[in-house]
Amino acid sequence: MTTAERTRERRLTTARAMVEGIAQEMRRNEEVFVMGEDVGAYGGIFGTTTGLLDEFGPERVMDTPISETGFIGAGIGAAIEGMRPIVELMFVDFFGVCMDQIYNHMAKIHYESGGNVRVPMVLMTSVGGGYSDGAQHSQCLWATFAHLPGMKIVVPSNPRDAKGLMISAIRDDNPVVYMTHKGIMGLAWMAKNARSVGPVPEEEYEVPIGKASVAREGTDATVVTLSLSVHHALDVAERLSGEGIELEVLDLRSLVPLDREAILESVGKTGRVLVVDEDYRSFGLSGEIAATIVEEDPAMLKAPLARVAVPDVPIPYARPLERAVLPTPERIEEAARGLVGA
Amino acid sequence: MDASTRLSLYRTMVRIRAFEEAIRREYYVGKQPVFDIGAGPVPGEMHLSAGQEPVAAGLCAHLGPDDALTGPHRPHHIALAHGVDMKRMTAEIFGRESGLCHGKGGHMHLFAPEVHFGCSGIIAEGMPTACGQALAFKKRGTDQVAAAVVGEGAVNQGGFHESLNLAALWKLPVIFVVEDNDWGISVPRSASTSNFSATDRGRAYGIPGERVEDNSVEGVYEACGRAVQRARRGEGPSLVEVHTLRLWGHFEGDAQGYRQSELEDVPGRDPIPTYRRTLIEEGVLDEEEAQRIRAEAEEEVEAAIRFAKESPEPAPDEALEHVFA
Ligand SMILES: Cc1ncc(C[n+]2csc(CCOP(=O)(O)OP(=O)(O)O)c2C)c(N)n1
Repeated sequence: MTTAERTRERRLTTARAMVEGIAQEMRRNEEVFVMGEDVGAYGGIFGTTTGLLDEFGPERVMDTPISETGFIGAGIGAAIEGMRPIVELMFVDFFGVCMDQIYNHMAKIHYESGGNVRVPMVLMTSVGGGYSDGAQHSQCLWATFAHLPGMKIVVPSNPRDAKGLMISAIRDDNPVVYMTHKGIMGLAWMAKNARSVGPVPEEEYEVPIGKASVAREGTDATVVTLSLSVHHALDVAERLSGEGIELEVLDLRSLVPLDREAILESVGKTGRVLVVDEDYRSFGLSGEIAATIVEEDPAMLKAPLARVAVPDVPIPYARPLERAVLPTPERIEEAARGLVGA
Repeated sequence: MDASTRLSLYRTMVRIRAFEEAIRREYYVGKQPVFDIGAGPVPGEMHLSAGQEPVAAGLCAHLGPDDALTGPHRPHHIALAHGVDMKRMTAEIFGRESGLCHGKGGHMHLFAPEVHFGCSGIIAEGMPTACGQALAFKKRGTDQVAAAVVGEGAVNQGGFHESLNLAALWKLPVIFVVEDNDWGISVPRSASTSNFSATDRGRAYGIPGERVEDNSVEGVYEACGRAVQRARRGEGPSLVEVHTLRLWGHFEGDAQGYRQSELEDVPGRDPIPTYRRTLIEEGVLDEEEAQRIRAEAEEEVEAAIRFAKESPEPAPDEALEHVFA
């Protein structure tokens, strides 16, 4: 069997792919270690560290107390000394209790030190809703982090990217916030998403941070999106293709750096753009993308930009309420149809 | 302790257990044979409190509807013991319009202002709020008190320490109650806490504390009684720590692979059959009465579940309401 064939055959969930990337880097570099809540025997609530304790032991896979300011700060300290910690906090919604360590320390030390001090750490966390976990466990918040300078923000949508971006994040000399939507992980206890399992090369490889990917080529409109919404957009694109509407789907893969060139290139081609964002609508990703296009050349747009995002309300618990605010395939389809005038 | 108090503590515990068992049953509807956390009539995470009933019953026996109580992510037992309406609470858990929060809050975010109850899914973050409620009571010169319940995992959180310091500094009428069930999800107390005694931590801030080691409802009742009286007399905060028991997983669906060895002796430590035996042995309760108490509880719970199921779901447009007052 050739390598290419093996690669095609071997399919992993996004969670397994992330773990494989972490394990390979831990084998390669003694300075890489993992810490966080329930990352040891439990293997991470969302399966992001499963099996690592068995292979690397408790010195390199450390369960922490529920002391986020303390252990995220400790990750920063270890990184300052040149280690490469991967620190997990299971839900992005919990970062409020330790935000100071993140945006005043992790993100600013390199700048404040005039470039003298590096903080090469990965802060990983899970985002997103869709299973009625309520307002404190369903947010995305990536724009909040992306708004604050000094950290890269990575948001993969599929297994292959998840592994390559993890390896890139660990090797990066900057703090990288690595955010995975629960709905893309391929977890046994979440609704199955066909694209949360996919081919993953066995060897180590990097997916560059800051490069978007064209998840689907199209001519009529560009859907700019990321994470779980990529899957929804692809589903919608397939449906509309049957009616002769061809959507291009751009998977951003990282918010910082943002691949503005890829956005402009695609919009230059299609002339229509729909931004799909599972984060809050105002002051976020969709506004940034609109600004990117308008600053370059408003005449690129054949129709006003459209956006599907959470309408500036906390994520409600009850299913009909949650469905009303999340960017569901139905909302995406309606917006896409409106955009192309169908 | 007089017989009627003991019976009332027992009744509260049985009522809570009947509720949690029914919620557990309903939670798995639609989630079988393959567990899918988002499926069924009760989606989302579900943290049940079986084994921790003594804390709720013993504490809340001293609180009235004017006293404030904030709960953590595992809130049902203390909400019920504090007098939160069972029907509307059940409807909230089912995500119905008739729920406490019209379906917006859900299992971890139950709010019942008529009895000053609230809770949060963020560890330890109910504690500062309880301090603020106590501050309001103190400023107004009422004899109301506030209590906050947290798990032992929360004692390592900044919010815990800051709240203790504020409460001691301002002599607030607040009672901190720590439910030490040995586990923070999969992390045992021994791996999370350098000085395991939360009461020692409280003492370091000048807050008197008691640890109830045996998960007995009467032990909790006595300790909380002293704490609440102190607060009502204007003598400031106290801390009560209860070595309790998480009978089931951290959340429903938790296979608990991390605690295999210890599970075997759990049934023998269930506080409800233990208390039942004691009360029967001491002539406070007989079999018939015990069965009646359980039957009454089940009836109430089933009525609440029926109420929830028969209530309509909120209309999608409701999602946009209530961002601002
Ligand atoms: C600030 C914050 N960090 C982490 C979590 C995730 N989390 C939810 S429950 C829990 C364990 C809590 O343990 P404990 O306080 O002992 O309460 P128990 O679940 O045992 O009742 C953790 C870590 C959270 N909800 N909030």
